[in-house]
Amino acid sequence: MNNELRTNMNLKLKALTKSLWVFHLCIGGSCNNCDIEILDLLTPRFDVERFGIMLVGSVRHADVLLITGSLTYKAAERAKRLHQQMPKPAVVVAVGSCALGRGIFKDGYNTPCPLDELIPVDLYIPGCPPKPEAIIDGIVKLVKKVRGEK
Amino acid sequence: MELLFNYLIFPGFLFSAVLGLIAGWIDRKVTARIQWRIGPPWYQNFVDFIKLLGKETILPKGSKITFLFAPFVGLISVALVATIIGKIIINPAESFLADLIVVLYLLIIPAIAIIMGASASSNPLASIGVSREMKLVLAYELPFVLAAVTVIIKAGNTIRLGEILNYQANSGAIIGSASGLIAFVVAILCMQAKLGFVPFDISEAEQEIMAGVFIEYSGFLLAIFKLMKSMLLYVMPLFLISLFWAANTGIDSLIGKYILLLVIIILLKNTSPRVRIDQALRFFWGPITALAIIAVVLALLGL
Repeated sequence: MNNELRTNMNLKLKALTKSLWVFHLCIGGSCNNCDIEILDLLTPRFDVERFGIMLVGSVRHADVLLITGSLTYKAAERAKRLHQQMPKPAVVVAVGSCALGRGIFKDGYNTPCPLDELIPVDLYIPGCPPKPEAIIDGIVKLVKKVRGEK
Repeated sequence: MELLFNYLIFPGFLFSAVLGLIAGWIDRKVTARIQWRIGPPWYQNFVDFIKLLGKETILPKGSKITFLFAPFVGLISVALVATIIGKIIINPAESFLADLIVVLYLLIIPAIAIIMGASASSNPLASIGVSREMKLVLAYELPFVLAAVTVIIKAGNTIRLGEILNYQANSGAIIGSASGLIAFVVAILCMQAKLGFVPFDISEAEQEIMAGVFIEYSGFLLAIFKLMKSMLLYVMPLFLISLFWAANTGIDSLIGKYILLLVIIILLKNTSPRVRIDQALRFFWGPITALAIIAVVLALLGL
Protein backbone atom coordinates (compact mmCIF):
# COMPACT_ATOMS: atom_id res chain seq x y z
CA MET A 1 0.00 0.00 0.00
CA ASN A 2 2.56 2.54 1.09
CA ASN A 3 5.10 1.53 -1.52
CA GLU A 4 2.44 2.26 -4.07
CA LEU A 5 1.88 5.65 -2.49
CA ARG A 6 5.57 6.53 -2.37
CA THR A 7 6.21 5.77 -6.02
CA ASN A 8 3.75 8.49 -6.99
CA MET A 9 4.67 12.12 -7.55
CA ASN A 10 5.35 14.20 -4.49
CA LEU A 11 2.84 16.90 -5.41
CA LYS A 12 0.12 14.31 -5.72
CA LEU A 13 0.97 12.93 -2.30
CA LYS A 14 1.01 16.34 -0.71
CA ALA A 15 -2.37 17.15 -2.25
CA LEU A 16 -3.73 13.83 -1.00
CA THR A 17 -2.70 14.48 2.58
CA LYS A 18 -4.15 18.00 2.43
CA SER A 19 -7.54 16.85 1.21
CA LEU A 20 -8.66 13.56 2.69
CA TRP A 21 -12.22 12.69 1.70
CA VAL A 22 -13.70 10.14 4.04
CA PHE A 23 -16.25 7.45 3.37
CA HIS A 24 -17.64 6.28 6.68
CA LEU A 25 -18.65 2.64 6.96
CA CYS A 26 -20.17 1.11 10.07
CA ILE A 27 -20.00 -2.64 9.66
CA GLY A 28 -22.24 -5.01 11.52
CA GLY A 29 -22.23 -5.12 15.29
CA SER A 30 -21.46 -1.87 17.05
CA CYS A 31 -23.00 0.44 19.59
CA ASN A 32 -22.55 3.49 17.28
CA ASN A 33 -20.61 5.36 19.92
CA CYS A 34 -17.52 5.51 17.68
CA ASP A 35 -19.73 7.02 14.98
CA ILE A 36 -20.82 9.71 17.42
CA GLU A 37 -17.19 10.48 18.26
CA ILE A 38 -16.46 10.78 14.53
CA LEU A 39 -19.39 13.17 14.21
CA ASP A 40 -17.73 15.27 16.93
CA LEU A 41 -14.74 15.73 14.63
CA LEU A 42 -16.88 17.38 11.97
CA THR A 43 -18.77 19.73 14.27
CA PRO A 44 -17.59 23.14 15.56
CA ARG A 45 -15.47 21.98 18.48
CA PHE A 46 -12.88 20.08 16.41
CA ASP A 47 -13.84 20.99 12.80
CA VAL A 48 -11.50 18.83 10.73
CA GLU A 49 -12.63 20.61 7.54
CA ARG A 50 -9.87 23.07 8.48
CA PHE A 51 -7.48 20.40 7.20
CA GLY A 52 -9.55 19.54 4.15
CA ILE A 53 -11.12 16.44 5.65
CA MET A 54 -14.75 15.94 4.73
CA LEU A 55 -17.34 13.21 4.45
CA VAL A 56 -18.42 12.14 0.95
CA GLY A 57 -21.46 10.19 -0.14
CA SER A 58 -19.94 7.72 -2.58
CA VAL A 59 -16.95 5.43 -2.04
CA ARG A 60 -15.76 6.31 -5.54
CA HIS A 61 -14.92 9.83 -4.31
CA ALA A 62 -13.19 8.68 -1.13
CA ASP A 63 -9.52 8.61 -0.13
CA VAL A 64 -10.13 7.15 3.31
CA LEU A 65 -12.35 4.20 4.17
CA LEU A 66 -13.18 4.75 7.80
CA ILE A 67 -14.53 1.62 9.47
CA THR A 68 -16.18 1.25 12.85
CA GLY A 69 -17.88 -1.71 14.47
CA SER A 70 -16.99 -5.38 14.62
CA LEU A 71 -17.11 -7.38 11.43
CA THR A 72 -20.03 -9.76 10.90
CA TYR A 73 -20.42 -12.53 8.33
CA LYS A 74 -22.90 -10.49 6.32
CA ALA A 75 -20.87 -7.29 6.41
CA ALA A 76 -17.55 -8.96 5.55
CA GLU A 77 -18.43 -9.38 1.89
CA ARG A 78 -19.66 -5.78 1.63
CA ALA A 79 -16.59 -4.35 3.36
CA LYS A 80 -14.31 -6.22 0.99
CA ARG A 81 -16.27 -5.06 -2.05
CA LEU A 82 -16.22 -1.44 -0.88
CA HIS A 83 -12.47 -1.64 -0.39
CA GLN A 84 -12.07 -2.90 -3.94
CA GLN A 85 -14.36 -0.17 -5.29
CA MET A 86 -12.28 2.62 -3.80
CA PRO A 87 -9.99 4.43 -6.31
CA LYS A 88 -6.32 4.12 -5.34
CA PRO A 89 -4.20 5.58 -3.72
CA ALA A 90 -6.37 5.21 -0.65
CA VAL A 91 -6.06 4.25 2.99
CA VAL A 92 -8.16 2.23 5.41
CA VAL A 93 -8.68 3.47 8.95
CA ALA A 94 -10.14 1.29 11.71
CA VAL A 95 -11.64 3.18 14.64
CA GLY A 96 -12.50 1.62 18.00
CA SER A 97 -11.86 -1.66 19.74
CA CYS A 98 -14.60 -3.45 17.79
CA ALA A 99 -13.03 -2.73 14.40
CA LEU A 100 -9.56 -3.51 15.71
CA GLY A 101 -10.17 -6.83 17.41
CA ARG A 102 -13.91 -7.41 17.68
CA GLY A 103 -14.06 -5.82 21.17
CA ILE A 104 -16.70 -7.27 23.43
CA PHE A 105 -18.07 -9.29 20.50
CA LYS A 106 -14.89 -11.42 20.42
CA ASP A 107 -16.70 -14.63 21.29
CA GLY A 108 -19.83 -13.81 19.31
CA TYR A 109 -21.28 -16.44 16.99
CA ASN A 110 -21.51 -14.05 14.06
CA THR A 111 -18.14 -12.27 14.15
CA PRO A 112 -15.70 -14.21 11.96
CA CYS A 113 -12.42 -12.31 12.32
CA PRO A 114 -10.81 -8.96 13.14
CA LEU A 115 -10.99 -6.40 10.32
CA ASP A 116 -7.33 -6.56 9.31
CA GLU A 117 -7.56 -10.23 8.47
CA LEU A 118 -10.07 -9.29 5.76
CA ILE A 119 -8.65 -6.10 4.25
CA PRO A 120 -5.31 -4.33 4.89
CA VAL A 121 -5.66 -1.61 7.55
CA ASP A 122 -3.30 1.37 7.50
CA LEU A 123 -4.24 3.05 10.74
CA TYR A 124 -5.53 1.57 14.00
CA ILE A 125 -7.18 3.88 16.50
CA PRO A 126 -7.93 1.95 19.72
CA GLY A 127 -10.40 3.00 22.37
CA CYS A 128 -13.94 2.23 23.37
CA PRO A 129 -14.79 4.74 22.02
CA PRO A 130 -11.60 6.65 21.14
CA LYS A 131 -11.61 10.33 22.04
CA PRO A 132 -11.78 12.80 19.15
CA GLU A 133 -8.30 14.00 20.13
CA ALA A 134 -7.04 10.44 19.75
CA ILE A 135 -8.56 10.19 16.27
CA ILE A 136 -6.94 13.49 15.22
CA ASP A 137 -3.61 12.26 16.63
CA GLY A 138 -3.98 9.09 14.57
CA ILE A 139 -4.72 11.06 11.41
CA VAL A 140 -1.62 13.21 11.97
CA LYS A 141 0.51 10.08 12.34
CA LEU A 142 -1.00 8.63 9.17
CA VAL A 143 -0.33 11.83 7.21
CA LYS A 144 3.29 11.82 8.38
CA LYS A 145 3.66 8.19 7.41
CA VAL A 146 2.21 8.80 3.94
CA ARG A 147 4.55 11.75 3.40
CA GLY A 148 7.51 9.71 4.59
CA GLU A 149 8.30 12.01 7.52
CA LYS A 150 9.41 10.87 10.93
CA MET B 1 -5.26 33.49 -32.17
CA GLU B 2 -6.96 36.16 -30.14
CA LEU B 3 -10.10 34.06 -30.16
CA LEU B 4 -8.15 31.11 -28.76
CA PHE B 5 -6.61 33.33 -26.09
CA ASN B 6 -10.06 34.63 -25.17
CA TYR B 7 -11.49 31.15 -24.97
CA LEU B 8 -8.64 29.43 -23.12
CA ILE B 9 -7.18 32.15 -20.90
CA PHE B 10 -8.73 35.51 -20.14
CA PRO B 11 -12.47 35.72 -19.88
CA GLY B 12 -12.75 32.03 -20.75
CA PHE B 13 -11.51 28.79 -19.28
CA LEU B 14 -8.54 29.57 -17.02
CA PHE B 15 -9.87 32.82 -15.60
CA SER B 16 -13.31 31.43 -14.82
CA ALA B 17 -11.82 28.22 -13.42
CA VAL B 18 -9.60 30.10 -10.95
CA LEU B 19 -12.40 32.47 -9.94
CA GLY B 20 -14.85 29.59 -9.71
CA LEU B 21 -12.59 27.59 -7.39
CA ILE B 22 -12.11 30.68 -5.22
CA ALA B 23 -15.89 31.21 -5.19
CA GLY B 24 -16.22 27.58 -4.11
CA TRP B 25 -13.87 28.32 -1.25
CA ILE B 26 -15.97 31.39 -0.25
CA ASP B 27 -18.97 29.05 -0.23
CA ARG B 28 -17.25 26.57 2.08
CA LYS B 29 -15.82 29.27 4.33
CA VAL B 30 -19.09 31.16 4.78
CA THR B 31 -20.90 27.85 5.38
CA ALA B 32 -18.34 27.03 8.06
CA ARG B 33 -18.72 30.44 9.70
CA ILE B 34 -22.51 30.08 9.71
CA GLN B 35 -22.10 26.76 11.50
CA TRP B 36 -19.63 28.36 13.94
CA ARG B 37 -16.68 26.47 12.47
CA ILE B 38 -13.44 27.85 11.08
CA GLY B 39 -13.49 26.28 7.64
CA PRO B 40 -10.80 25.34 5.11
CA PRO B 41 -7.90 27.55 3.90
CA TRP B 42 -8.29 29.51 0.64
CA TYR B 43 -6.37 27.02 -1.50
CA GLN B 44 -8.49 24.05 -0.40
CA ASN B 45 -10.42 23.66 -3.67
CA PHE B 46 -7.23 23.83 -5.74
CA VAL B 47 -5.72 21.08 -3.56
CA ASP B 48 -8.86 18.98 -3.99
CA PHE B 49 -8.62 19.42 -7.75
CA ILE B 50 -4.94 18.38 -7.91
CA LYS B 51 -5.62 15.43 -5.65
CA LEU B 52 -8.49 14.21 -7.84
CA LEU B 53 -6.25 14.50 -10.92
CA GLY B 54 -3.80 12.12 -9.26
CA LYS B 55 -6.36 9.49 -8.27
CA GLU B 56 -7.25 6.33 -10.11
CA THR B 57 -10.13 6.73 -12.57
CA ILE B 58 -12.51 3.78 -12.58
CA LEU B 59 -14.70 3.15 -15.62
CA PRO B 60 -17.84 1.20 -14.77
CA LYS B 61 -19.49 -1.31 -17.09
CA GLY B 62 -21.78 0.43 -19.52
CA SER B 63 -21.23 3.02 -22.19
CA LYS B 64 -17.60 3.89 -21.53
CA ILE B 65 -17.16 6.52 -24.24
CA THR B 66 -20.21 8.54 -23.17
CA PHE B 67 -19.07 8.23 -19.56
CA LEU B 68 -15.65 9.64 -20.53
CA PHE B 69 -16.92 12.47 -22.71
CA ALA B 70 -19.81 13.80 -20.62
CA PRO B 71 -17.70 15.90 -18.19
CA PHE B 72 -15.85 17.56 -21.07
CA VAL B 73 -19.09 18.48 -22.85
CA GLY B 74 -20.21 20.33 -19.74
CA LEU B 75 -16.85 21.97 -19.17
CA ILE B 76 -16.53 23.20 -22.76
CA SER B 77 -19.99 24.78 -22.77
CA VAL B 78 -19.47 26.55 -19.43
CA ALA B 79 -16.11 27.90 -20.63
CA LEU B 80 -17.87 29.16 -23.77
CA VAL B 81 -20.51 30.97 -21.70
CA ALA B 82 -17.77 32.53 -19.57
CA THR B 83 -16.02 33.74 -22.73
CA ILE B 84 -19.17 35.23 -24.28
CA ILE B 85 -20.33 37.02 -21.13
CA GLY B 86 -16.83 38.20 -20.20
CA LYS B 87 -16.16 39.61 -23.66
CA ILE B 88 -19.50 41.41 -23.81
CA ILE B 89 -19.13 42.94 -20.36
CA ILE B 90 -15.69 44.27 -21.32
CA ASN B 91 -16.96 45.63 -24.64
CA PRO B 92 -20.76 45.58 -25.36
CA ALA B 93 -20.09 46.28 -29.05
CA GLU B 94 -18.72 42.75 -29.51
CA SER B 95 -22.19 41.30 -29.01
CA PHE B 96 -23.51 39.18 -31.87
CA LEU B 97 -27.10 38.54 -32.93
CA ALA B 98 -29.14 36.45 -30.45
CA ASP B 99 -26.26 35.79 -28.06
CA LEU B 100 -28.73 35.83 -25.16
CA ILE B 101 -30.45 32.79 -26.68
CA VAL B 102 -27.08 31.11 -27.23
CA VAL B 103 -26.13 31.64 -23.59
CA LEU B 104 -29.51 30.35 -22.38
CA TYR B 105 -29.00 27.17 -24.42
CA LEU B 106 -25.37 26.72 -23.38
CA LEU B 107 -26.38 26.98 -19.72
CA ILE B 108 -28.63 23.91 -20.07
CA ILE B 109 -25.76 21.81 -21.42
CA PRO B 110 -24.05 21.21 -18.02
CA ALA B 111 -27.26 19.59 -16.76
CA ILE B 112 -27.48 17.54 -19.95
CA ALA B 113 -23.84 16.50 -19.56
CA ILE B 114 -24.58 15.32 -16.02
CA ILE B 115 -27.61 13.40 -17.27
CA MET B 116 -25.56 11.79 -20.07
CA GLY B 117 -22.67 10.77 -17.84
CA ALA B 118 -24.82 9.44 -15.05
CA SER B 119 -26.98 7.43 -17.45
CA ALA B 120 -23.85 5.92 -18.99
CA SER B 121 -22.63 4.71 -15.60
CA SER B 122 -25.43 2.09 -15.36
CA ASN B 123 -25.79 2.50 -11.62
CA PRO B 124 -29.30 2.25 -10.13
CA LEU B 125 -28.75 5.17 -7.73
CA ALA B 126 -27.35 7.26 -10.57
CA SER B 127 -30.46 6.54 -12.60
CA ILE B 128 -32.62 7.86 -9.76
CA GLY B 129 -30.45 10.95 -9.77
CA VAL B 130 -30.83 11.27 -13.53
CA SER B 131 -34.60 11.14 -13.38
CA ARG B 132 -34.60 13.83 -10.68
CA GLU B 133 -32.14 16.01 -12.59
CA MET B 134 -34.25 15.76 -15.72
CA LYS B 135 -37.43 16.77 -13.89
CA LEU B 136 -35.57 19.61 -12.22
CA VAL B 137 -34.36 20.93 -15.59
CA LEU B 138 -37.92 20.85 -16.89
CA ALA B 139 -39.08 22.61 -13.74
CA TYR B 140 -36.68 25.56 -13.63
CA GLU B 141 -36.20 26.25 -17.33
CA LEU B 142 -39.71 27.64 -17.81
CA PRO B 143 -39.55 30.42 -15.18
CA PHE B 144 -35.89 31.12 -16.04
CA VAL B 145 -36.71 31.75 -19.69
CA LEU B 146 -39.72 33.87 -18.67
CA ALA B 147 -37.41 35.99 -16.49
CA ALA B 148 -35.11 36.43 -19.49
CA VAL B 149 -38.15 37.39 -21.61
CA THR B 150 -38.96 40.14 -19.10
CA VAL B 151 -35.48 41.55 -19.63
CA ILE B 152 -35.86 41.32 -23.41
CA ILE B 153 -39.13 43.28 -23.29
CA LYS B 154 -37.75 45.88 -20.89
CA ALA B 155 -34.66 46.46 -23.02
CA GLY B 156 -36.79 47.20 -26.08
CA ASN B 157 -37.23 43.80 -27.70
CA THR B 158 -33.59 43.00 -28.22
CA ILE B 159 -31.92 39.62 -27.89
CA ARG B 160 -28.39 40.96 -27.95
CA LEU B 161 -26.66 40.98 -24.54
CA GLY B 162 -24.64 44.02 -25.64
CA GLU B 163 -27.77 46.07 -26.32
CA ILE B 164 -29.26 45.00 -22.99
CA LEU B 165 -26.08 46.26 -21.29
CA ASN B 166 -26.21 49.51 -23.28
CA TYR B 167 -29.87 50.01 -22.39
CA GLN B 168 -29.07 49.62 -18.70
CA ALA B 169 -26.07 51.95 -18.95
CA ASN B 170 -28.32 54.63 -20.50
CA SER B 171 -31.59 54.29 -18.57
CA GLY B 172 -30.82 52.53 -15.31
CA ALA B 173 -30.63 48.89 -14.25
CA ILE B 174 -33.57 46.63 -15.07
CA ILE B 175 -33.73 45.59 -11.41
CA GLY B 176 -34.86 49.16 -10.66
CA SER B 177 -38.31 48.58 -12.16
CA ALA B 178 -41.10 46.52 -10.59
CA SER B 179 -41.14 43.87 -13.30
CA GLY B 180 -37.34 43.65 -13.29
CA LEU B 181 -37.24 43.14 -9.53
CA ILE B 182 -39.79 40.30 -9.65
CA ALA B 183 -37.95 38.66 -12.55
CA PHE B 184 -34.68 38.97 -10.64
CA VAL B 185 -36.09 37.13 -7.63
CA VAL B 186 -37.39 34.39 -9.94
CA ALA B 187 -34.01 34.16 -11.64
CA ILE B 188 -32.15 33.85 -8.32
CA LEU B 189 -34.32 30.88 -7.31
CA CYS B 190 -33.79 29.27 -10.72
CA MET B 191 -30.05 29.88 -10.39
CA GLN B 192 -30.05 28.00 -7.09
CA ALA B 193 -31.59 25.01 -8.85
CA LYS B 194 -29.23 25.34 -11.84
CA LEU B 195 -26.21 25.28 -9.54
CA GLY B 196 -27.59 22.19 -7.79
CA PHE B 197 -27.45 23.70 -4.30
CA VAL B 198 -29.70 23.01 -1.32
CA PRO B 199 -32.77 23.24 -1.32
CA PHE B 200 -32.62 21.92 -4.91
CA ASP B 201 -29.70 19.47 -4.69
CA ILE B 202 -32.20 16.65 -5.12
CA SER B 203 -30.28 14.93 -7.91
CA GLU B 204 -27.08 14.50 -5.92
CA ALA B 205 -28.55 14.13 -2.44
CA GLU B 206 -25.55 12.79 -0.53
CA GLN B 207 -27.48 11.26 2.32
CA GLU B 208 -30.27 9.46 0.48
CA ILE B 209 -28.86 8.44 -2.91
CA MET B 210 -25.13 8.74 -2.17
CA ALA B 211 -24.14 11.62 -4.47
CA GLY B 212 -26.68 10.36 -7.02
CA VAL B 213 -25.58 11.40 -10.50
CA PHE B 214 -21.89 11.53 -9.57
CA ILE B 215 -21.84 8.20 -7.73
CA GLU B 216 -19.67 6.32 -10.27
CA TYR B 217 -17.34 9.19 -11.12
CA SER B 218 -13.86 9.05 -9.66
CA GLY B 219 -10.45 10.65 -10.10
CA PHE B 220 -9.85 12.75 -13.19
CA LEU B 221 -13.45 12.73 -14.46
CA LEU B 222 -14.82 13.75 -11.07
CA ALA B 223 -12.27 16.59 -11.02
CA ILE B 224 -13.62 17.83 -14.36
CA PHE B 225 -17.20 17.72 -13.06
CA LYS B 226 -16.22 19.56 -9.88
CA LEU B 227 -14.44 22.18 -11.97
CA MET B 228 -17.53 22.53 -14.17
CA LYS B 229 -19.70 23.11 -11.10
CA SER B 230 -17.28 25.69 -9.72
CA MET B 231 -17.16 27.55 -13.04
CA LEU B 232 -20.95 27.54 -13.11
CA LEU B 233 -20.81 29.19 -9.69
CA TYR B 234 -18.81 32.00 -11.31
CA VAL B 235 -20.77 32.19 -14.57
CA MET B 236 -24.38 32.11 -13.32
CA PRO B 237 -24.24 35.14 -10.97
CA LEU B 238 -22.28 37.05 -13.63
CA PHE B 239 -25.00 36.26 -16.19
CA LEU B 240 -27.73 37.47 -13.83
CA ILE B 241 -25.78 40.66 -13.10
CA SER B 242 -25.35 41.39 -16.81
CA LEU B 243 -29.05 40.75 -17.43
CA PHE B 244 -30.58 42.66 -14.52
CA TRP B 245 -28.10 44.80 -12.70
CA ALA B 246 -25.53 46.21 -15.08
CA ALA B 247 -26.05 49.96 -14.99
CA ASN B 248 -22.45 50.26 -13.86
CA THR B 249 -20.00 47.61 -15.09
CA GLY B 250 -16.87 48.95 -13.42
CA ILE B 251 -14.68 46.24 -11.99
CA ASP B 252 -15.27 47.19 -8.33
CA SER B 253 -19.05 47.36 -8.66
CA LEU B 254 -19.04 44.01 -10.51
CA ILE B 255 -17.07 42.38 -7.69
CA GLY B 256 -19.37 43.88 -5.07
CA LYS B 257 -22.53 42.68 -6.83
CA TYR B 258 -21.01 39.27 -7.48
CA ILE B 259 -20.11 38.77 -3.83
CA LEU B 260 -23.56 39.94 -2.75
CA LEU B 261 -25.23 37.40 -5.07
CA LEU B 262 -22.83 34.69 -3.89
CA VAL B 263 -23.69 35.38 -0.26
CA ILE B 264 -27.42 35.25 -1.09
CA ILE B 265 -26.85 31.84 -2.70
CA ILE B 266 -24.88 30.59 0.30
CA LEU B 267 -27.43 31.87 2.81
CA LEU B 268 -30.26 30.21 0.88
CA LYS B 269 -28.20 27.04 0.80
CA ASN B 270 -27.51 27.00 4.52
CA THR B 271 -30.91 27.96 5.86
CA SER B 272 -33.18 25.61 3.96
CA PRO B 273 -33.72 21.84 3.95
CA ARG B 274 -33.70 19.74 0.81
CA VAL B 275 -37.12 19.59 -0.88
CA ARG B 276 -38.55 16.52 -2.58
CA ILE B 277 -38.64 16.42 -6.37
CA ASP B 278 -42.44 16.76 -6.50
CA GLN B 279 -42.25 19.78 -4.19
CA ALA B 280 -39.59 21.35 -6.39
CA LEU B 281 -41.67 20.76 -9.51
CA ARG B 282 -44.78 22.20 -7.89
CA PHE B 283 -42.79 25.17 -6.57
CA PHE B 284 -41.32 26.09 -9.94
CA TRP B 285 -44.37 25.45 -12.08
CA GLY B 286 -46.77 26.99 -9.54
CA PRO B 287 -45.87 30.20 -7.66
CA ILE B 288 -42.57 30.87 -9.42
CA THR B 289 -43.98 30.61 -12.93
CA ALA B 290 -46.95 32.74 -11.83
CA LEU B 291 -44.52 35.38 -10.54
CA ALA B 292 -42.55 35.22 -13.80
CA ILE B 293 -45.76 35.69 -15.83
CA ILE B 294 -46.70 38.67 -13.67
CA ALA B 295 -43.25 40.11 -14.37
CA VAL B 296 -43.72 39.65 -18.12
CA VAL B 297 -47.19 41.29 -18.01
CA LEU B 298 -45.84 44.21 -15.97
CA ALA B 299 -43.01 44.59 -18.45
CA LEU B 300 -45.50 44.65 -21.33
CA LEU B 301 -47.42 47.39 -19.47
CA GLY B 302 -44.16 49.30 -19.23
CA LEU B 303 -43.66 49.10 -15.45
